[in-house]
Amino acid sequence: MDIHALQQIVHKTRDARRKQTIPKFSPADRDQLIHKYHPDFRASAYRPIRFGPNEGEKTVVELATLLEGDSPIHDDLDLTPQYETDVLVIGGGGAGCAAALHAQGAGAKTILATKLRLGDSNSVMAQGGMQVSVAPEDSPVTHFLDTLKGGHMENDHALLKVMVEEGPSIAKWLLELGVLFDRQADGNLHVKKGGGSSKPRLLTCSDYTGLEIMRVLKDEVLNQKIQLLEFAAALELLSDDSGACTGAIFKDLDNQRYVVVAAKSVILATGGIGRLHIQGFPTSNHYGATGDGLCLSYRMGAKLAHIDTFQYHPSGAVYPEQLIGALVTEGIRSEGGQLVNAKGDRFVNELDTRDVVSSSIIRECEEGRGIRTMSGRVGVWLDTPILDAEHGSGTLEKHFPAMMLQFERFGIDISKDPVLIYPTLHYQNGGVKIDTNSETNVNNLFVAGEASGGLHGRNRLMGNSLLDLMVYGKRSGLTAAGRVGSMKQGKLTLKHLERFRAEAKKHGNVSGVISPMILPAYTRKVG
Amino acid sequence: MTMATDTSDNQNVIDQPEVMKPRMVTIEIAGKKVEVPEGITVIKAMWYAGIDVVRGVGCLGGFCGACATYYRTKDDPKVKTCLACQTAVQDGMCFTMMPPFPARKATYEIQKLQDPKQDLFNFYPEAPLCRNCNACTEACPQKIDVREGVWKAVFGDFKSVSEMFMDCVMCGMCTPVCIADIAPNLVALYVSRAQGAHFAEKPIGLDTRIKEIEDGRFNEEWTKILNMNEKELAEHCAAVK
Repeated sequence: MDIHALQQIVHKTRDARRKQTIPKFSPADRDQLIHKYHPDFRASAYRPIRFGPNEGEKTVVELATLLEGDSPIHDDLDLTPQYETDVLVIGGGGAGCAAALHAQGAGAKTILATKLRLGDSNSVMAQGGMQVSVAPEDSPVTHFLDTLKGGHMENDHALLKVMVEEGPSIAKWLLELGVLFDRQADGNLHVKKGGGSSKPRLLTCSDYTGLEIMRVLKDEVLNQKIQLLEFAAALELLSDDSGACTGAIFKDLDNQRYVVVAAKSVILATGGIGRLHIQGFPTSNHYGATGDGLCLSYRMGAKLAHIDTFQYHPSGAVYPEQLIGALVTEGIRSEGGQLVNAKGDRFVNELDTRDVVSSSIIRECEEGRGIRTMSGRVGVWLDTPILDAEHGSGTLEKHFPAMMLQFERFGIDISKDPVLIYPTLHYQNGGVKIDTNSETNVNNLFVAGEASGGLHGRNRLMGNSLLDLMVYGKRSGLTAAGRVGSMKQGKLTLKHLERFRAEAKKHGNVSGVISPMILPAYTRKVG
Repeated sequence: MTMATDTSDNQNVIDQPEVMKPRMVTIEIAGKKVEVPEGITVIKAMWYAGIDVVRGVGCLGGFCGACATYYRTKDDPKVKTCLACQTAVQDGMCFTMMPPFPARKATYEIQKLQDPKQDLFNFYPEAPLCRNCNACTEACPQKIDVREGVWKAVFGDFKSVSEMFMDCVMCGMCTPVCIADIAPNLVALYVSRAQGAHFAEKPIGLDTRIKEIEDGRFNEEWTKILNMNEKELAEHCAAVK
């Protein structure tokens, strides 16, 4: 059928739906729904990791294979460093920039290396906002409780408490750097309500929050003259005799040469795994989200946490084809956007947590109440025109300019017509286990941002990622910088790799897979 | 991915003739003719043609500006600009990606500026030399009125500039076309940061909250919560409204 004919049901039912309230699920119903429909519970997609720090624990097949993969580095590589530094930050997104700025600001010589350009990351795409408890009726404690509830009570309490308590001072730091958060008429910060949050707590820059923060942080990294190594892909970390981290080996993607960097401490801020397309899902992630940091730290002996749970953002675009997997911000649901099935019915409280909303969308589609496309995809409607109906004409244009423009490029006006959506692979809830200084169980190896794990439990709340990466980027940078004064540069060896290879051999691992992946293989090899 | 498997009911299927029978179109990538399916994005067309792309891909979501591209459609002399991840190919299209352009970025300590509006002319002395050709505005894939923004910056209307350039993805396509050698996106970035750091109101509520945390206003509640057992904590969380 013509898409406009199919959309009629959304227009026809809008007035009736506007008056309707849908209660949130009870904890028992919520668990049942998630167990039945959430991709985290599809047992066939999982297998135990055969060796290493998380031996025997299950994760998705795609990630297990990479974690067990071999390093591209030969053990006879010349490890004479081309660069020597106090702090080496790997990754150029929000966590990497925050780490580098704080490390250099605290007086440490800092290098920031990234496999694409400075700033190319998921952070730049964050639209929904950053959770900070600034409203008078809100508090860090409430922020803590909401996050814990959203994470199924499995969040690391210490990490979480630090994040919610340092949120306000992070917001102040960003404001002082010139970030233009939306304001109320009285000059105070405007806060929006996010899914799974009991109070309005999202700081926003229209729907360009991540872009605005990253423009500023990138500019500041350049102003502070932090040394950059762009198009430098990390292939392996380096260790000394005690197993502590002492640097990294990169490949310069422009000339394919190896680059060895000696560092007193290393901060991995390498982001997530969306581009592994686990379980075949499309993704909202950037080109480089291939889980490199997980592989590097795993070979060093760092323990991973919650590595079996991933976030499928409820609203990934399904139509048009060009936008498959692209995110339709949760902000639209925060402002009243409703989810509607092919029968014209709502089926979930749109502001429930992401795992619940995604599971309910999958349920609708599996039970035949979805709308299909001829490319074999399926989805439900996100009623976007309802925002203009509720809050006045021009609301979408004013509050969601990025979304409007993205669809307008393909001839779709989301203020007139609903959008077809289905969950898209968005975030790794877990990652490398860290302490409150952002350090792993490997000495002088820090991990910050999406690559780290523990804080978000089994489901991250909307808006907590931007805050996580600022708080732990800062903590890793400050801790690393504070330590280097009393330290000597350790030896550069590949002893950890010898150990890892011996263990792989013992377990008969001959998959031939080399990790990290660096970039996804999208180029068609035969024509 | 598991999708709905019920195909007996064709009522709820969107017509997409382009998906059922993809039409092959001929395009030119950096001067080389290739056949690709109509309607895929410019980036995907490059992958389809067997081209590895390292420089030129970033977020794939239209936010990072890495994939700035020049293109022309069939028989039209006008060279246009786009983001390669956000643009569909059509028959006869010619395109090439923009290489990194060596624009000069001023460096500054944003918080230490004494007179940000005057300092603009020290950091970017070329900014007032705009000759109104409007090429920057035409080059902007985000539809920002770039020329107007440069003038507003020069006249000190920093607030308007910061609002106009909120959509700026820093692709830099406004820069090579400027006959006065202005880098409008960098000028706007400086202006927006100065607006935020110096001219925006200080949010009092934020300072209050920071002080409350420092003064331990929430300590009692923390102690209570952190001493709860698992069950008590779960019940407490469930009760938050």
